[in-house]
This record gives sequence, C-alpha cells and structure tokens, in this order.
Amino acid sequence: SFIYCTFPWFGMDIGGTLVKLVYFEPKDITAEEEQEEVENLKSIRRYLTSNVAYGKTGVRDVHLELRNLSMCGRTGNLHFIRFPTQAMHRFIQMGSDKNFSSLHTTLCATGGGAYKFENDFRTMADLELLKLDELDCLIHGLLYVDSVSFNGQPECYFFENPSDTQNSVKTPCSLADPFPMLLVNIGSGVSILAVYSKDHYKRVTGTSLGGGTFLGLCCLLTGCETFEEALDMASRGDSSNVDKLVKDIYGGDYERFGLQGSAVASSFGHMMSKEKRDSISKEDLARAMLVTITNNIGSIARMCAVNEKIERVVFVGNFLRINTVSTKLLAYAMDFWSKGQLKALFLEHEGYFGAVGALLELLKSPEEA
Amino acid sequence: MTRLSRGTRPMFTSKMAAECQRVDRSSHSMDKSITLPADEIFRNLENAKRFAIDIGGSLTKLAYYSTVQHKVAKVRSFDHTAKETEGEPLYEISMQEEVTARLHFIKFENAYIETCLDFIKDHLVNTETKVIKATGGGAHKFKDLIEKKLKLRVDKEDEMTCLIKGCNFVLRNIPHEAFVYVKHADSEFRFQNTHPDIFPYLLINIGSGVSIVKVESEDKFERVGGSSIGGGTFWGLGALLTKTKRFDELLQLASKGQHTSVDMLVKDIYGGSYGSLGLTGDLIASSFGKSATADNEFSKEDMAKSLLHMISNDIGQLACLYARLHNLTRVYFGGFFIRGHPVTMHTITYSINFFTKGEVQALFLRHEGYLGTIGAFLKGAEEDNPNQYSWGENYAGSSGLMSVSPDLNPMQRTRSGTFPFDMLEMDRLERQLVNLPLLQDPSSYIPDTVDLSEDALAREYWLYCFEEALDGVVKRAVASQPDLPEAAERAEKFRHKYRHKLQTLRQQPFAYGSLTVRSLLDTREHCLNEFNFPDPYSKIKQRENDIALKYFQKAIKSLEELSWEQRQFALVRGLLAGNVFDWGAKAVSDVLESDPEFGFEQAKRQLEERPWLVDAYDQWLERLKGPPHKCALFFVDNSGIDIILGVFPFIRELLCRGTEVVLASNSSPALNDVTNSELQILTQRIAAMDLVIQSAVKEDRLTLVQSGSSSPCLDLSRLDKELAGVVRERHTDLVVIEGMGRAIHTNYYAMLSCESLKMAVIKNSWLADRLGGKLFSVVFKYEVPPSHKTTTQDHVPGTPS
Repeated sequence: SFIYCTFPWFGMDIGGTLVKLVYFEPKDITAEEEQEEVENLKSIRRYLTSNVAYGKTGVRDVHLELRNLSMCGRTGNLHFIRFPTQAMHRFIQMGSDKNFSSLHTTLCATGGGAYKFENDFRTMADLELLKLDELDCLIHGLLYVDSVSFNGQPECYFFENPSDTQNSVKTPCSLADPFPMLLVNIGSGVSILAVYSKDHYKRVTGTSLGGGTFLGLCCLLTGCETFEEALDMASRGDSSNVDKLVKDIYGGDYERFGLQGSAVASSFGHMMSKEKRDSISKEDLARAMLVTITNNIGSIARMCAVNEKIERVVFVGNFLRINTVSTKLLAYAMDFWSKGQLKALFLEHEGYFGAVGALLELLKSPEEA
Repeated sequence: MTRLSRGTRPMFTSKMAAECQRVDRSSHSMDKSITLPADEIFRNLENAKRFAIDIGGSLTKLAYYSTVQHKVAKVRSFDHTAKETEGEPLYEISMQEEVTARLHFIKFENAYIETCLDFIKDHLVNTETKVIKATGGGAHKFKDLIEKKLKLRVDKEDEMTCLIKGCNFVLRNIPHEAFVYVKHADSEFRFQNTHPDIFPYLLINIGSGVSIVKVESEDKFERVGGSSIGGGTFWGLGALLTKTKRFDELLQLASKGQHTSVDMLVKDIYGGSYGSLGLTGDLIASSFGKSATADNEFSKEDMAKSLLHMISNDIGQLACLYARLHNLTRVYFGGFFIRGHPVTMHTITYSINFFTKGEVQALFLRHEGYLGTIGAFLKGAEEDNPNQYSWGENYAGSSGLMSVSPDLNPMQRTRSGTFPFDMLEMDRLERQLVNLPLLQDPSSYIPDTVDLSEDALAREYWLYCFEEALDGVVKRAVASQPDLPEAAERAEKFRHKYRHKLQTLRQQPFAYGSLTVRSLLDTREHCLNEFNFPDPYSKIKQRENDIALKYFQKAIKSLEELSWEQRQFALVRGLLAGNVFDWGAKAVSDVLESDPEFGFEQAKRQLEERPWLVDAYDQWLERLKGPPHKCALFFVDNSGIDIILGVFPFIRELLCRGTEVVLASNSSPALNDVTNSELQILTQRIAAMDLVIQSAVKEDRLTLVQSGSSSPCLDLSRLDKELAGVVRERHTDLVVIEGMGRAIHTNYYAMLSCESLKMAVIKNSWLADRLGGKLFSVVFKYEVPPSHKTTTQDHVPGTPS
C-alpha cells in the first residue's frame, strides 16, 4: 500500500564547515528485491555500512546509529556521516564516478551548501538537488529523532546539579511537550529560534561568534588544525591565565554589583600585558577561547529566552560534539544567571537534525504532502 | 604585576618602595624635560580647591574647583531727584571684580602624572583642601605618589558611581553633549537636543570588559548586565594575533583591513544571500570562520578588522537585547574602547542599526572621557551641592571634541615634544536654567535656525564673517577701557584666542556641538570675558540710551496724535526701525561709525515697504481689534533707540489695552544688548516722565526679569527659573521676540503654545539673500498655535481639552 521512494535514502545538510549526511540502510530487503537491486545501489550500501571512515576526512558516527528504525513502511538502520565542506567537490566527483544519477533518486539537501553547490551537482554529476530550508529541516529532524528515541534511550539530556561544573551529572530526560522552546543551533555561526510548534517558529537572532570562531581563532593562536585537537588542548588548559577576572581588578568580589571574584571581567584581558603574552601556553589559550565563545553564546541565549519569555533552552549543533566543557558551562550559565529559572537541554545527535529533516522531506510521499 | 607589588609591599622599606615606584613609572616613558604651558593648563590653581582624579589605563583626568575673579561692568543710577542736569550721563559705569565659580577638568597621559603633580604642588596656594577624591583602575597604583606630592589624602570612590554621576551632570548641563555618529555624512556628528528629562537611559561602558547600566534617576542605577568580551578582548587577542602592542595601533591596523578574507560570510556558505530569512550575502556568518579551514596566511590588518567587527557586533547585540528587555531607547556608549575613536564609534553604530533595525540609536558623549573625574569631583563637593546650580561649558577654556585630544595617536604627539592635554571648563551660572513653559514640545525644540555643521556654504560664510569682524571687535574692546594701558595687550590675546577658535572650528565644526551663529557669538563673548573685556559696548550703550531718552516724550506725543489704526502700524514700524540700530551687525556698525547723526527717522526710511519679506501684519492688526492679551512676555534686544523708542512705546500701548508686560533682558552683557541692570535704570527714567509706565511699574503690571542668558541669541530651553515662574503665574499668552539674534538666528521655527510675534530687520546681506530678501528686509511673523482659537479662550494651563 506504500508508494516507496526509490532507494537509496539520503538526507544531507551542507553547512559552512561540515557536511552532515544521514543514510537509511534497509534491513528488510526480500530476496526478490535483492535480485532486482542494481549493482550500483548495493555497492553504495556496502561502502557506507562496512566502513567507519571515508577518505581522509569522512567519518561515520557509529555510536549515533539508530537501529531497527521503521521509516515509511521499511525497517532499517539510520547512519550518521560527516565530512568537511571543503571536501564537497570530491564528494560530488564520487557521485559522478559511481553514476549516482542512474539511480533516479531525489537528493534532498539543506544548509547553505545546497544553494552554493547546486550547480556543481548538476554539471559535475548530473544530479538535481531538492533544496530545503535549513531551519524547517532542523526542527522537523529534531522532533523526529526525539520521538523515535535513541535506540530505546531518551535522546535528550540535561545536567543535574549544574551550578557545580566539576560534579554536574549528565541525566537523560524526555522532551515530551517540547513547546515553546528556544533552540540554539551552534554550527560555524549561531542561530537562535523560538519554536512554538512543529511549523510555527521564528529566528530570534544569531551571532557570528560560533564554532567556526572557536576553531578559527584556535588555529591562528595555537597552530592546531582540527576541532578535536583544539578541544583536546582546551581540556588541558586554564583560562584564568588568559582572562582577567573580577578579582584581578577588584581584589575580590565586586559587591556593589554582586559580581563574584571568579567571574571573567575581560576575556583575554591578561593578554594586554606583554609579559603575560610571552609566558602563556597554547592549552590556556585554547581553553580561554572555548570559554569565551561558550559564555557569550550562553549570555545571548539567556537574554533571548528572557525577552521571548521561554524557559526551556535547547542547545544543538556540532560545536557541542565531544565538548562537555561547553555543555556543562552552558548548563551552568543558564542556571546561574537566571537563578534557576532557565533550563538548558541537550540532544545526543547534536548536529545531525538538519540532515534528518532533509531525509524526512524525501519520504513525504506525494499523497502525504 | 600589580598583584605582586601589592602583596609584597609590607616587606619593603619606604626607600625601597620609592625605588620600586620609579621603576614602575619609567615604563610609562615619561619625558621629564617637558615644561607645562603655565598660562594654558591648570589655570587658576591659586584659587583652587576640591581636587578629584580619575586614573585610567593610559590617561589621567584631573578635576578641581576654583573661584574666578573677573571684571564685570556695573551700572549705577545717579541720583536724579534733583533737576536734570544737561550733559551729564544718565548712569555711571564701573568695572568691578566679581567672583564666580568654575570647574576645571584636564586630561593628559599617565606618563605626565609626576610632572603635573609637581606643577600643581608649586602653584597651589589653598591649604584648606585635605582630600583628593580618586577613581579609576589606576588610582591605587599612583596613590602613594599623589599623597606624597600633594600632601592630600587619597579617598577612593566607586568607579561606576562616579561614571554615572558624571554622565548625569554632562547630560543635564551641556547642550549638544550627546551625538550620533554617521561615518560618511557631511558632518559625522549629529548632536542631540538636550532632552528636558534625561532619565531613564542605558549606559554601555566598554572598558576591558563591558558593563551595562540602567540609570533611572540621579541616585538610582543598576548594573543590569555585562560581557567579558570588551576592549580588553580586542586588545589582548589583537596583540596575540598581530604582535601589535598598542591599542590605538591595533585600531589603525583594523581601519586598513578587509574582514572578508578572514570571516565566513553568508555568501561563503550559501553562494549568495539567505533570502527567506532576509540575511544578505555580506553578513558575517562566522567570525574568523575562514581561518579554520584555509592554510593561507592572513594579514595583520585583516585579522584586526575581523576582530574589531566581531567584538563591536557582539557588544551591539547585547546592548540591543538589554535595551529591549528594559524598554529603553536612549543608549549611551563610553569607555576606552569608544573614547573619540571614529573606527569603533562607526562599528558600534553599525551594529546597533543592524540589530535594532534603526529603532535604537547609538549615542556617544562629547565629554565621555571626563565622566569618572566629574563624578568623583561631585562626590567630594556634595556639601556645596553643585547639582542645585546650572553650569555652562566655557568655550574659551575648553578644547573641544578631537582638537588636541591625547586619546588619538598619543605616540605621535609625544614625539613632537609638545605636552598633549585636553581641557574642559564649566562656569557656574548664577541662575538656575529651565525651559520656557510656553514651548509647545520642549523635547523637540531646537533653538538654532541653521546648523552650520551641516550647511557647508553657510559655515564658510559665517566663519569668514566673524573673522572679518574681529578687527572691529578688538578695536572696540580697547576703546572700552581707555584708562587701562594694558588693554591693548589683552585685546591682542583675545584676538589670538578667538582667531584660533575660528580656525579650529573651520577644521572641526563639531568641536563644541553643532556649530551655529549662536555658538560663534557665544564663543566670542566667552573669549572677551576671558581677557577681562566684560562689556566692550558699555560706553556706546550709555551714550545711545542718553540720546534716545531725550526723544522719548516727543515720540510718544506724535504717536498719540495718530488714529488707532495708524498708531498700531507706527508702533510696529518704530520697533523695526529701532532694531536697525544694532552694533552687532557689521553693515549697521559701518554706517553708525561713519555717520553718527544717522537717526531714527532715517532708519525708518531704510525699512522695506510693505508687503514685507514675511508679513503677517494684517493678522496682527485683526488680533488687536479683539480682546486684550492677558500678559505679554517680551524678549528685548538692543539698548538705545531700539529699547527706548521702539520697545517702550509698543509695550506702552499693550499696557493701555490692559495687557500686563514682562520685559526679559540679558543677565549679563552681550554686544550692545540691553542688560537687566541697564533696563532697570531706563525704566525708572521713563517712568519718571510717563504716567502710563509709572503706574504700570507701581501696580506691578510691568515687570522686569532676567533671561538668565548672556548671549545675543536666545535658547528658550535654558532660561532663568524665576522668569519661568513669572510666565506661569501671569498666564502669559503672548511672546514677543525681537531682533536678528533672537528671532532669526534662533527661534525662527520655535513653536510656542501661545500666540507669538517674531520681528526683525535683516541687517546682513548674505542672510537677506538666503531668505530671498534684501538688506533691511523685514520679518514680521505672527503665529497662533493650531489648537488656539483667538476668539473665546479661557485656558487653564495643564487642563486637557
């Protein structure tokens, strides 16, 4: 009774730094189906599911795989793959080499790259993209993943005891009744949305100080090359050697304004002094960069939440990948500055919701649409 | 470093501590050979008391209060109880010493602190002062030095409190304090009117970090938020990225850079704009986003520019979020990140415009750098209650915006061997100044008709005109003090100073707020006073008053012979003809100097025939046929024929109609304008020969008030508080403004809530040309506010209709 979309099923989100790709691997293929299946399709499936790394920079996040998922009448596994946007042309070339266009599938893509690379897909690989709005996809994908749960576990989590970042505990929770929520998507840059229902949302604001800024400045300051490297350095650094704290200026708390001595008064403020610049470690610089960017996002998100009168703030985006320093700091900032009014929530599939949303769009049959 | 020296100080002997200090100070590259220009900086130290100091990261701001003695011209009536004696002047003029209060603020680089403290120590006479109020991050560093040098106890005041106090003070007392910065406009600075109520506002102070303060009243303010990404972040990160050490050098780098090579723009991600969200392609999507992926090298300039954008945008965004949360539209920016730097004023303005879509304007302050020291000073002077007075910026003693500001390119200036400093002086005004209660909308009232900072052609002309007139002014100043041999020397100093001001204004028309004919005139008066020429026209006024008084009775008699309608016209013509006598206008002073017999009748013949350039006489006549006005407020202009043969007959007629009259005249001299004290004598004399005036004075139907001004122009938002009281009590329903300075250069477009007459003869051919008329064209403007119907009005002010 279902009108199946032709395989393969992909959803793609082409961001400023990373391309996020979700791939649905059907596990309920019948024998006849297998016989009819063209070789091309098989080889794509085999290539994607038997590897965890593609080329030099492509990665499959195996730990995020959603198993035994029922989608559009089929059962299978959803795979999560990412590679740098810089490798986009190589990716398109591969699509051309594997004669992807012969499969007559629709390639659903979102993110700015869907527009930027549209013409390259057409001319290099004879592929037409179905371009989708990135914020629509983000919200739809997020709600979908939350609804199917993370292989039986909640997709969503928060930090118990956020005021103590040393000892705060990641705690799974449900995102049931999610509206309204303030959705903070931290990619290269940051977008902040107020979401009132599945299809009713507005972009409140954004900031250019995002993940791209963290990595970009870290590369310039420390000579590192990857996000992982930058985060690793940051985890070993101490930002108080770089930042000027309230106590560095006032000797303690600034009581007149209720500012704690340990609060950062000026990010990179110590770096105004030559002696301190000469003695600083790369790790300290990376840590300060991470803390600066994270706190700033927290501060803007908090102001938006107050202005929009929304108490639940959901942080997503690949900046938060393997980045517990930032997630804990955001949880702390929301809780501390709002005196417990605001709650920071996080999602396991951080940066993949746009791509999932794009896939969902593919599976919308004409009848359904 | 700071922490270290503080922690270890107890172990040092005092000698060691002193040595330690010397090491510390040498890092400021102090130039000991420098000598201070004694007659320009730290003026009047011998009468100084109440010091305050604000020491920032690189600049020191010092404040003190002094009493200034200067000469004022006093007039005193002779005893005229005896029979009038032929040939004797009607009053005597004497020069007297008067003591007024002045506030001095001086800004210089920290490197010169010791030099300056030595200078102050050597010149300070007053020993009553025991305490110096101090604020600013650097205050504790120099505490010992100050205490040792000046023998004053350093008393630390909270930085933010001082800042807010200072901010309130300048907003209240300095017209055109706040401005909007527009980078590519003809005049980059758009000065704001002084709003009658300065509260509430948001102050964004961008020092090393950012503090966001909501100010609700004089004593009520709250730090509502802040950010750690501020000037220190720009400086610190900028130094790491570019190996450039100084803040201003970083700004210079930034102004030469291209951020698009470093930042990831929307078009880098989308290939174009993100149309559905209205995000244009040039918008920055990710600051420094390109430096993460590309292996290429980035120029220092480009990185500095990107950093500047990143920080300015971030601060602008937060400022907007806080402004929205607290529902505030007035947002002032200050702190060392802003302080007079066009680059940062521009990026912050851009950011605010972007995030609020133009709903909120970024406002900057002319004296932003002085706020802390002004506030600290006010804290120390609380017992004198300085806030009960009105204060005025002294143009003669203030450097003006960006003139020789040490904020900009300090290195360059230091190398040139001069001592860079900036000054602000404020005079205590003897009277408290308030709005004229009859202004239709005080918040939108702009006194000046033409803003010369925006009108280049007009600016060119008037600057030329004032420079041309300078010789005559100098000559008259010398002539006014024939008994003082050193007058010529002082007059030359005046000439030098005023010419220098004119040159500054040619380069920087925005130096003292909007440049206007009024500000040019006021600056001249301030400079004249500075060199003890308080009233160069005193003798001329005296002579003219004398001559005119002799004709008064004759003039009244001939008026009384006319029919009612003829008389009304003759009165208006008389007023206008009287106004031709104006030594302030060059064309007229030329005629008067060469032909002293130039008389009243001749003046009438010079007048333009009706219809005049602006002619509402018929409407005025119609109005006169109706019920009398309750009370007329008359802003008078010149002495002599103008006041005696023009104004007095006119108000005499009003009095006869049953209208009470309030004559408002200047509190102190400006040009040949009649002053309040002169007018008192004149009124007595006229009352002695005219029964109408006599009884009006006796019955208090004719009242003389001070305007609170000493300008040939008129700012209706800064008038004597007492005048405002009288206007209210008497239910004033007619305002008459006379003369070019008060009715053309200023107030031509002023909207009043009652009937008004604005009358003047155009005695400047350029201006006449501009207005589409010719020399001696007449402006006779009679205005009735739209809500008023002239027939039946029984208005109780303040009652909603």
